[in-house]
Amino acid sequence: MHLRQLSVVDFRSYPSAELPLKPGVTTLIGLNGQGKTNLIEAAGYLATLGSHRVASDTPLVRAGTQQAVIRGVVVRDGHETLIELEINTGRANGRNRARLNRSPAARPRDVLGTLRTVLFAPEDLGLVKGDPSERRRFLDELLVTRQPRWAGVRSDYDKVLKQRNALLKSAAPVLRRGVRRPHRSSTPLSTEPMDKGVDKSVDPNDGTVNALHTLDVWNSQLAMVGAQLLYARLRLMRDLGPYLSEAYDEVSAATSDARISYKSSLREEMAAAIAAGAVPEMQALHDEILASLEAVRVNEIDRGISLVGPHRDDVVLSLGQLPAKGYASHGESWSFALGLRLAAYQLLRHDLGDDPILILDDVFAELDSGRRDRLAALVADCEQVLITAAFPGDVPSVLSDSGTTYRVTLGEVVRAD
Amino acid sequence: MYEGVVQDLIDELGRLPGVGPKSAQRIAFHLLQADSLDVTRLVSALVEVKEKVRFCIVCGNVAEAEQCRICSDPRRDLTYICVVEEPKDVVAVERTREFRGRYHVLGGAISPIEGVGPDDLRIKELLTRLADGAVTEVIVATDPNLEGEATATYLARLLRPLDLKVTRLASGLPVGGDLEYADEVTLGRAFEGRRVLDV
Repeated sequence: MHLRQLSVVDFRSYPSAELPLKPGVTTLIGLNGQGKTNLIEAAGYLATLGSHRVASDTPLVRAGTQQAVIRGVVVRDGHETLIELEINTGRANGRNRARLNRSPAARPRDVLGTLRTVLFAPEDLGLVKGDPSERRRFLDELLVTRQPRWAGVRSDYDKVLKQRNALLKSAAPVLRRGVRRPHRSSTPLSTEPMDKGVDKSVDPNDGTVNALHTLDVWNSQLAMVGAQLLYARLRLMRDLGPYLSEAYDEVSAATSDARISYKSSLREEMAAAIAAGAVPEMQALHDEILASLEAVRVNEIDRGISLVGPHRDDVVLSLGQLPAKGYASHGESWSFALGLRLAAYQLLRHDLGDDPILILDDVFAELDSGRRDRLAALVADCEQVLITAAFPGDVPSVLSDSGTTYRVTLGEVVRAD
Repeated sequence: MYEGVVQDLIDELGRLPGVGPKSAQRIAFHLLQADSLDVTRLVSALVEVKEKVRFCIVCGNVAEAEQCRICSDPRRDLTYICVVEEPKDVVAVERTREFRGRYHVLGGAISPIEGVGPDDLRIKELLTRLADGAVTEVIVATDPNLEGEATATYLARLLRPLDLKVTRLASGLPVGGDLEYADEVTLGRAFEGRRVLDV
């Protein structure tokens, strides 16, 4: 697929801008702070309903206005689809709205999957060096790009987690009484797992039993939705792995054995199997989440947060025997992050039999000339590539010569040739 | 700020759910300009609703007597109880004219974020109703969202030791709709709940 037209109104620094696009390479050249990244951010937003730079929508709307609009014409197999997104921050306009071919979509989520992008930006260094949350986000976003239905599961999981954490906090005093009563003779912080956590001798009119029963209920909700999310992530990891080793080696021109493995918060035995690459059945994961929750119950009640589930997991990136985090050089970290994005690109391409749009934001300046040329060779056959750079010299000439170049100066986009 | 009673009225209206300060002001001035007969009718409706309407001591639905219309109807089947979240859900199920049993209104769903736990719902009253063994089936008709499902699971576990059938309303495709318009979660549920076609 490719974008034929991208236009924005009151988006970031732009009162309005139009960018006609063609298949092949399009390069946006401009000094820092001129608005190159804003344009490709808009393209990414059309595909994922989120920015790769900020978590909230507020910075996306031009200062002094309350609504930003992004429009894009997507061409796939000769068919054109117009996606229009309204990003509303003002109270008066309400929520964000989306339209497909001029007819309103019931929810903005319905446009997911119409446009698919893979975006690589300097922020992606965080995939290697940053918190586990960045790697989880990478997996979950790829999951949604691959199969939009996972957006629903992911948002359900967040809701279950919020409810469960609220329960652990609000009912903490009652829950503590409940889990400790049967162990009154032993130490108060005993971590012995208990039979369903409920002591039958407790007075049924006491709030303790209710609170523990309620916790059980949220455990089963978390296990049900969590198992689906975990299962989907594990299958994605299994499919992504081979592409990653290949992409890393191609970028770095070496045989480095770059690998990813999933670090689960479940009990040891299952976590070890998963780290070794096993993809258990959904029912097995469900049962295991329940058992793991049971095992950490006392600890969870003490700390007032959920300690088991996909939200506590991580992805371990390793080069040979060493973890990338802490051991990889700056250049290797870059190659790893790039490798992950390129692997995602290859996976989507093979999966869907259709090229997503590859977006490279300010990437070439960070790479040495060898890596630069190899990346250029890798992306040359993609259906559409959008590139930003501060200087024309940063972009390998094989790419810039064949495509279209725009200059971006203070929010003005002008064709360079 | 307006003078005395006008501001009092605006403040009182502003305490109603879904009414902000601007709307409160608009309603207040509408009332000031309205015919005094209209206002009297509104006032008496308000007073009457507080005086006459209570909650049924059996099921928790809104009622004008001690028991609601449904609980006091002798033609109703005593062996079924349909558990719903709100009185408006009773009205929804009644519209089907399919269900001839009685209801039990919980008064909400379990939602720790909003501070609603099982103790805040009319669950104890439900257990009391089930104690004499006349009821053979409890149909759980809480909303098909996370909180409603959690409440359903809670009830199912609570009622498991009792000798009765606990059922949950099915989730799936809306009747008369198009398959293509169903969202993926609903369609997924419909697949889970598929059944053999008896010919």
